[in-house]
Amino acid sequence: MTDMLKPRNVREVEEAVRWALGNEKALEVAGGGSKRRLGRPCQTDLTLDLSGLSGVTLYEPEELVLSARAGTPLAEIEKLLAEHDQELGFEPVDYGPVLGRARGEGTIGGVIAANLAGPRRIKAGAARDHFLGVTAVTGRGDTIKSGGRVVKNVTGYDVCKLLAGSWGTLAAMTDVTIKVLPRCETEATVVVAGLDDARAAQAMAAAMGSSCDVSAAAHLPDHVASSFDTLPKAEASTVLRLEGFAPSVAHRKEVLAAAMKPLGAVTIVDETSSRALWRAVREVKPFAADGGPARPLWRISTAPMNGSIIAAQITPAAQMFYDWAGGLIWVAMPFADEPDAASIRRAVAEAGGHATLIRAPAAVRASVDVFEPQESGVAAVSKRVKESFDPKGVLNPGRMWAGV
Amino acid sequence: MPLRMPELDADVLARRERIVATLRAIVPGEGVIAGEREMKPYETDGLTAYKQLPMVVVLPETTRQVSEVLAYCHSEGIRVVPRGAGTSLSGGALPLADGVLLGMAKFNRIREIDFDNRVAVVEPGVTNLGISTAVAHAGFYYAPDPSSQIACTIGGNIAENSGGVHCLKYGMTTNNVLGCEIVLMNGHVLRLGGKHLDAGGYDLLGIVTGSEGLLGVVTEVTVRILKKAEAARALLVGFPTSEDAGQCVSRIIGAGIIPGGMEMMDKPAIHAAEEFVHAGYPLDVEALLIVELDGPQAEVDHLIARVEAIANKCKAVSCKISQSEEERLLFWAGRKAAFPAVGRISPDYYCMDGTIPRARLPLVLHRMKELSGKYGLRVANVFHAGDGNLHPLILYDANKPGELEKAEEFGAEILKLCVEVGGVLTGEHGVGVEKRDLMPTMFSETDLDQQQRLKCAFDEKGLLNPGKVFPKLHRCAELGRMHISGGKLPFPDIPRF
Repeated sequence: MTDMLKPRNVREVEEAVRWALGNEKALEVAGGGSKRRLGRPCQTDLTLDLSGLSGVTLYEPEELVLSARAGTPLAEIEKLLAEHDQELGFEPVDYGPVLGRARGEGTIGGVIAANLAGPRRIKAGAARDHFLGVTAVTGRGDTIKSGGRVVKNVTGYDVCKLLAGSWGTLAAMTDVTIKVLPRCETEATVVVAGLDDARAAQAMAAAMGSSCDVSAAAHLPDHVASSFDTLPKAEASTVLRLEGFAPSVAHRKEVLAAAMKPLGAVTIVDETSSRALWRAVREVKPFAADGGPARPLWRISTAPMNGSIIAAQITPAAQMFYDWAGGLIWVAMPFADEPDAASIRRAVAEAGGHATLIRAPAAVRASVDVFEPQESGVAAVSKRVKESFDPKGVLNPGRMWAGV
Repeated sequence: MPLRMPELDADVLARRERIVATLRAIVPGEGVIAGEREMKPYETDGLTAYKQLPMVVVLPETTRQVSEVLAYCHSEGIRVVPRGAGTSLSGGALPLADGVLLGMAKFNRIREIDFDNRVAVVEPGVTNLGISTAVAHAGFYYAPDPSSQIACTIGGNIAENSGGVHCLKYGMTTNNVLGCEIVLMNGHVLRLGGKHLDAGGYDLLGIVTGSEGLLGVVTEVTVRILKKAEAARALLVGFPTSEDAGQCVSRIIGAGIIPGGMEMMDKPAIHAAEEFVHAGYPLDVEALLIVELDGPQAEVDHLIARVEAIANKCKAVSCKISQSEEERLLFWAGRKAAFPAVGRISPDYYCMDGTIPRARLPLVLHRMKELSGKYGLRVANVFHAGDGNLHPLILYDANKPGELEKAEEFGAEILKLCVEVGGVLTGEHGVGVEKRDLMPTMFSETDLDQQQRLKCAFDEKGLLNPGKVFPKLHRCAELGRMHISGGKLPFPDIPRF
């Protein structure tokens, strides 16, 4: 096991990074370690364990703002928010089950570093869109801050955006401030049965283009439907979520059901079942690790109408389902150890978007690109961005791309 | 007030004739303007206190021309200032005497509207409102709506990360842009994002948005478009004190309601607006709140009743609910005309743009009143109450010697006050040259050095829009240096396992 450094405050994080710089050591930056199996395996000498930086430092529900040390468990934050009828608007996906770990692990820093987002991404944005302010220690051993605690802020570069989704390769975040939102009073889901992937994409486009304010839209083909036990029937289901105040949801579900009727059989799922259904979507339930040899799992982001086009180019033996109105595809490949990266990359390059290999054995993740390979101009800027924060490659070197 | 800009490059100025000729070869026809009189319209932007003629104006029409102009300037060490519609309120497009002013106005076409994917692909010179207009026939719109939306361009919106009155519910530019084509100072053309969500690697689009034209020149933009809400209604609520109005805003949000828009005005702003547009604003209140609910009709009607009940519990002395679309627009007319309305009661006004944690509003207004007395200048306030963005308008007379300077000093004190209470220097107008020298009140030198290192990653010679945002310019080589103490034993205090 690697040696571990467990700082208790920003100053100690700074000392740890400076020590690593002075001794030419590379650090694995970790919060709870829940996403350790995600990304390129990187060669590091020690783990910089940030879980000692924990605790909510400011929460003002009426200002819709919360600050916490980066290592604060997500579960602690979600519980606190729930006590005030609030939540994280971006509904972060829970990778626990697909990575063979428990549900609800992970820290707020990890959520942001991975720029997580769940089904509500299409309406409310991802972690990046709710990330207001940060204190972080760069790979130069400097403590920097950016942003603030207010939503509307254009003072200086929006460094928060860059740190969101940088997987700890630029700086070790120590304190974060996020925007929080009221939890919706109720929800319901309109289910359209029996659509193939392409017709489902059309149905979701129609729903998203209506005034019904759909907050999540997924298509669950028949081969995965049985994983969602709150569906009315285990058949191909296009599911459209409506959230909000009770009179509004009551009205909209009627309007949306009527609009969808010409496309297929329509059922309405009530609040309790709807919540369970979307929790299952949020944790990618059909592809949860089951203890056996894990099938490689891809996550593809593309234009919603291109989802089924990409899917058609992937081996029919793969299993998949769509979120984000068709723009997010979860693909489980049929054979362990064979991610078939070439065909996935080709299909995504043609249609536009990016694919990430979420789950695969370490040896596979070391030999194929985990993150989308970048066009040379973008790759060059990304490399210079990395060097501007971490010139010596002290923080998570190679986690995203070799040499970065 | 004399503004310190980067030292003139005499060598570049000496080569002006040859530079103009080369630029004419890249952008033929009328795309290069070098005559003093013809360049006059470009000497300033929305911050008219500062004026400077550029060395030359170039108006390219294609990405290729932009790329060639920038590559040429890069190799010759010539500074470049990009410009959209020139509506910046912070001097972001203020020209440099030894620089090329790169006007993007000719990039004014809508390239694609894709309703199924709910995106529009446009050139950067398309106006903000132009996007909404182009998709209106299908009931769609582009959400961010800065008050200059008739004139300001989407390229400029990206540079400034522009907001508007609907930010709390619908986000700022950065939350509504999915992709762009951008040309770096060295002429390289990059595509960031597209019609899909989120970045596959570093969120370069996120850092470019709000970078005030310092990282690259945008040549194409992909934005998200939204279906228009079925209905919108507004309440006009008067309060005896700003504390009561602030309390009402907090309770609305505390009740789980996120209004489409929520605007507050103080007494001087109410009076100026009412005299100008006769919107029926109450004149005997200290604070006026406009709360707009939008969404499906059933939801709007439900929430209007709830907000009314909350307002009444917060000591509201008057409460009007719009009964028609005309009435709703009338409620807004006063607020939207607040700036010109203030312009009528004073020869000049200076518009500030801080953001504060909302609960600090009464304190900030109180302190502002004291400052108003100290400087002998009146101030009117409009406030995006939902998101804490405060626009104090300082009234002054530029013809009175020293009064502009006094107004600027007053403004700087207000912004420092915003930072002091936990807010920021600018919510949506940008730093530009205006707030540049105040940056150290919010950021340490270490913070600013790291931001400048980021600039180096995009523009290693520092030629794109220098003199904006950062109070002190450093060479990239100097910023890149590291001082590693090294060799020391690992800190004994940190727990190691």
